Amino acid sequence: MAVCIAVIAKENYPLYIRSIPTENELKFHYTVHTSLDVVDEKISAMGKALVDQRELYLGLLYPTEDYKVYGYVTNSKVKFVMVVDSSNTALRDNEIRSMFRKLHNSYTDIMCNPFYNPGDRIHSRAFDNTVTSMMMQVC
Amino acid sequence: MADETLFLLLHGEIVAGLYRAAEQGDGENGRCISKLENMGFRVGQGLIERFTKDTARFKDELDIMKFICKDFWTTVFKKQIDNLRTNHQGIYVLQDNKFRLLTQMSAGKQYLEHAPKYLAFTCGLIRGGLSNLGIKSIVTAEVSTMPACK
Repeated sequence: MAVCIAVIAKENYPLYIRSIPTENELKFHYTVHTSLDVVDEKISAMGKALVDQRELYLGLLYPTEDYKVYGYVTNSKVKFVMVVDSSNTALRDNEIRSMFRKLHNSYTDIMCNPFYNPGDRIHSRAFDNTVTSMMMQVC
Repeated sequence: MADETLFLLLHGEIVAGLYRAAEQGDGENGRCISKLENMGFRVGQGLIERFTKDTARFKDELDIMKFICKDFWTTVFKKQIDNLRTNHQGIYVLQDNKFRLLTQMSAGKQYLEHAPKYLAFTCGLIRGGLSNLGIKSIVTAEVSTMPACK
């Protein structure tokens, strides 16, 4: 399913990156990095009234031959980027949205954890479990 | 509901406890206010994350301030801000005529000098919420007559 999931802070540094085939991590890191530009572009284009301005979910950022990249930005400018394998029968939009919702819920829980300083890397095990469950759903 | 009073009492205790500890410890009065404010800051960050989870994206600063006045204040204090004024150059004045945390104290000028301690946490709350939404700000509070405050 999801091959790589990343949480990026509003200053554009990663709070959490995890990918499944762990050999090729660098490639996914690079993909996530380039997708940040697309995210910024979409956010700044909101004023042009083309996209639905009130939604947090950004949708498909861009496809490559192997995989597709989806984005989601919260109101606190934290970005979630998800890289999905294209060879899978195309996941429906709703499923991607629900995955992002779960991510957002887990992230909110982390924020409210008094032991977590906003801006640190995420080490929470609960968050790890959520991410693992999303990556391994259909295997 | 009971949870409102819970927060009021807890808040009162936090302020009192901090000042008691300060008297026994280093005795520096100014630090207590900043400690309270920093506490509010961290709480504000978490609260905002939870509240904005389902709301739509904010278009501009004014939108954010309106959200703070209405939804945020309602959820925390069960009422809305009575008056919001701005000079459109970055200064916003929020006026609450019956600030929940002060209503229990007095209805006039008594205890006026103690009021800032109770406002520090809320100032931090607002500052934390704004910073999480991407706005750097300075929040100050002033009280002229209890229980109204700006």
